[in-house]
Amino acid sequence: MSQSATLTAPSGSADSINDQLDYLNQFVSFSVDGQLLGVPVNSVQEVLNPQSITRTPKAKPEIAGLLNLRGQIVTAIDLRKRLKLPALEGDRQSMNVVVRFNDESYSLLVDEVGEVINVSGETLQPPPRNLDAHWKPITSGVYRLQHRLIVIINVTNLLNF
Amino acid sequence: MDEEILQEFLAESMENLSQLDNEIVILEKRPDDDDLIASIFRTIHTIKGTCGFIGLTGLGSVAHATENVLGRMRDRELRVTPTSISLILEGVDEIKELLHGLETTGQEPVRDNSQLIARLDELMQSADGDAGDVPVESIDVPDEISEAPVEATPVTESITPPTVEDSKPVAAPTNTQEEAVDPSKKSISDLSIRVNVDVLDSLMNLVGELVLTRNQLVQMVRGDDESIFAAPILHLNRVTTDLQEGVMKTRMQPIGNAWGKLPRLVRDLAQQTGKLIELDMRGAETELDRTVLDAIKDPLTHMVRNSADHGLESTADRRAAGKPEAGLVRLNAFHEGGHVIICVDDDGAGINAERVRQKAVENGILTDAAAAGMSEKDLVNLVFAPGFSTAKEISSVSGRGVGMDVVKTQIERIGGTVDLTSRRGIGTEVRIKIPLTLAIISALVVESGGYSFAIPQLTIVELVRVAAEDRHKIETINRNEVYRLRDRLLPLIHLDRELGLDDEHAGEERDVNIVVVQAGDEQFGLIVSEVFDTEEIVVKPVGHLLKDIAIYQGTTILGDGRVIMILDVAGIAAQFDGGSITTEAERQRGEADQEHAGNTTTMLVFDAGEDSTMAVPLSLVSRLEEFPTETIERTGERMVVQYRDNLLPLLPIHPTASNDATDQVQPVVVFSEGDRSMGLVVKEILDIREEPLVIRMPSSRPGVLGTAIINNKATDVIDAQYYVEMADPDWFQKKTQSSDERVLVIDDSVFFRQLVTTTLETAGYHVSVCNSAVDAVEAIENGEHFDLIISDIEMPMMDGYEFAQWYQQRSDDMRAPLIALTSLSGAGLESRAQQAGFARCLTKLNTQQFLSCVQELCHQRGRQGASA
Repeated sequence: MSQSATLTAPSGSADSINDQLDYLNQFVSFSVDGQLLGVPVNSVQEVLNPQSITRTPKAKPEIAGLLNLRGQIVTAIDLRKRLKLPALEGDRQSMNVVVRFNDESYSLLVDEVGEVINVSGETLQPPPRNLDAHWKPITSGVYRLQHRLIVIINVTNLLNF
Repeated sequence: MDEEILQEFLAESMENLSQLDNEIVILEKRPDDDDLIASIFRTIHTIKGTCGFIGLTGLGSVAHATENVLGRMRDRELRVTPTSISLILEGVDEIKELLHGLETTGQEPVRDNSQLIARLDELMQSADGDAGDVPVESIDVPDEISEAPVEATPVTESITPPTVEDSKPVAAPTNTQEEAVDPSKKSISDLSIRVNVDVLDSLMNLVGELVLTRNQLVQMVRGDDESIFAAPILHLNRVTTDLQEGVMKTRMQPIGNAWGKLPRLVRDLAQQTGKLIELDMRGAETELDRTVLDAIKDPLTHMVRNSADHGLESTADRRAAGKPEAGLVRLNAFHEGGHVIICVDDDGAGINAERVRQKAVENGILTDAAAAGMSEKDLVNLVFAPGFSTAKEISSVSGRGVGMDVVKTQIERIGGTVDLTSRRGIGTEVRIKIPLTLAIISALVVESGGYSFAIPQLTIVELVRVAAEDRHKIETINRNEVYRLRDRLLPLIHLDRELGLDDEHAGEERDVNIVVVQAGDEQFGLIVSEVFDTEEIVVKPVGHLLKDIAIYQGTTILGDGRVIMILDVAGIAAQFDGGSITTEAERQRGEADQEHAGNTTTMLVFDAGEDSTMAVPLSLVSRLEEFPTETIERTGERMVVQYRDNLLPLLPIHPTASNDATDQVQPVVVFSEGDRSMGLVVKEILDIREEPLVIRMPSSRPGVLGTAIINNKATDVIDAQYYVEMADPDWFQKKTQSSDERVLVIDDSVFFRQLVTTTLETAGYHVSVCNSAVDAVEAIENGEHFDLIISDIEMPMMDGYEFAQWYQQRSDDMRAPLIALTSLSGAGLESRAQQAGFARCLTKLNTQQFLSCVQELCHQRGRQGASA
């Protein structure tokens, strides 16, 4: 009936400023249909091998289903569908990049997961004008790597559909 | 100041104060209850004493002044009057304010209470008779109490022992007190300790995880009796279940805790509005999980406030209506099948559906037309519609910007339902049904379309298995499956189709598993392919990307680690009503609808009384009249009205449709032919709508052709001829002298087929019908002869033009004349019809014109036949 108030120190980020600064330049890279994409490393909870995913009938087609991550329920997003790309061929299975957003976990289904890329020294270029209309809102920008480009995903917009 | 002592003081004071409001309100009614005064006095005295001890001076002085007044009351030196009670309540409120401030800031708030204290002191000193020689305990008893919590504070679990002692003088007569407000019982509990709610919450979460792990283990050893783990797991299973129940119990609280504030609220409200209000609360001991309890606190308060403020009439109005002066607001809580039901009802004026309608239209929730088509019950339930603001009637009491829509949303968020019934002049009842707990539920796991789903056990009525050889027992109505379950007809839904999954067993002859579920007041059957076990599942909320899907109420993880969706039966039922269930029948009907697109009929929609909405094609209606009720005369069983020097026979469509009150007008739909007319008495003309008319469910009821969806509502379409005959049985008899002419009617619309047929048959023709031109071709090819053919134009497969062309090419000298009967219109229509070979082109459906045309053509043909 009575809820006694207790004072606790604000929980969460006890990271030092330096760490945070460094994280800002790091991106987890992955590929979808041959395209290199990245999400900020501090938004990624973990990376998983292919998982068994429970389908959720009647949900939007981009939602692949739900998976059980140690008792936590994670919504899986089919990135190929979200980006209007063809489905993965054959019996190749998607990898999971689990991101944390608004106190919920989402798994981005991708073809392959690459390394963490540090882009310090580079500047984020705006998405090129000729990018497809459905890509534009979910793209924060592009970094020029030595041999290829990495498209940085805007997680907030990606998960709002 | 010692933080721990302060917390303890706050918690205890808050708890005592929440009881206090009620006690003071009761005191007002029973000013001579010594025990009650003593108890109130003690509470305030304890607070005062503790304040002195921990140095809260401002709080202490308010408590002191209040205590003084109470002391004089206790000693019978001061009378208990509404004014003095109000002042004491003000004092209590101030104490609460100060405590709240203390709780949030950790410091005693600085507030100017001098005025309040002065008023309290003034009251205390006011010599109000010197009667008080009642032998109440001397002042030193309370003094002891004041020390009690102080001594107790260093030890966390105590507060209580001293109270046991103090309550001695009070204890003997307590059994006369009302159960809801028995302060002594609550505080005497030697056996209770105070536990932080967060601890209970985290315990609950841990138990949830434990239950999942237990399920997993049980799954592993299932069917393996040899396993060395079998016995310990069985034990673990039992212990976990007990533990779960135990932890659930710690979170259960009597619902009385949620409505503790209501007596005070109603009392204040009665004072402000000048109404006499009685609050009757029953079932306060009914227990609920605390998360559920928290969630319903505000909605309940709002509903009681609404009932008292808007529901109940003013005392004068009540007197005029012959009701008892004091209005009654009743709260009743009880358990019913795993749910808790809370009813809030009042004996007030009920909801004025008409005003709700006006407001809904004003606020843009409904269009005029849509509002006109709604039944009273639907209208009344509009008060739950979002945006149905109570702006017009905002008062200091209930106008807090909280609409009933918020009430509904809050209740629904915790898986509850709200149902409102209102009867004009008698009262309003709101019935809330909420689950006991939210965290762990028992659910049946089923499989459908190759996937597993959980159905909450609470919604399941029974399981029915129909053996493969008994499949014929599942019957269909217009391709919708139903099953005769004892005395009921149970609608069936294929879960796989509903979910858009493939039926993996399509075409197989296998047993049918029907899960009979309850959604609101209705039951239906979910057909699933497999039924597994019942499991205790931990409900996890669905993520934000899935939360808009009404058919899921959550997700869970099964013993084997699989994630499955928990179905929301009410959500599935709602889809069912909204027609989004894509059954085969629905799809085909959808196609039929498209064929009818652009083929609209103007319908007159009216209220037939008894909450039923009916419609009739406007083309059949001669005119609409409103007669003053006093001009309607009754001759024996029959009703007539004098109209243009004639008597118009009237027939109520339903006994309740006719209006017996004087000084009112009675709406009447008049059907005429030639110089004869009859009036159909309806309750209210609602609307005129132009929509494609598709009879979805033909009816066997006399007078009803079938049910159509008009303005998104199921509406009965009446057979006008039936009523015309009823009103004047010999109307058509006069015409039946005619003919044995055979007429063929071709129309793909059931409604028009039936309508035209009835019209022709009552006019004495022999009628054959075909529902498509193709069927008609076949009938004619088979050598059937007709004297007249009436065909629709817009039809699937072969339209009217094609049919006419085909017919004209036949080398048959006895070719019958063709009439095109269409609801199409347009300039080229008539000429195109004539080109195709139609003798006439008529629009649907002017009965008089139609019949005279039929008669004329048959007559011509008769002469031709005779001359040939």
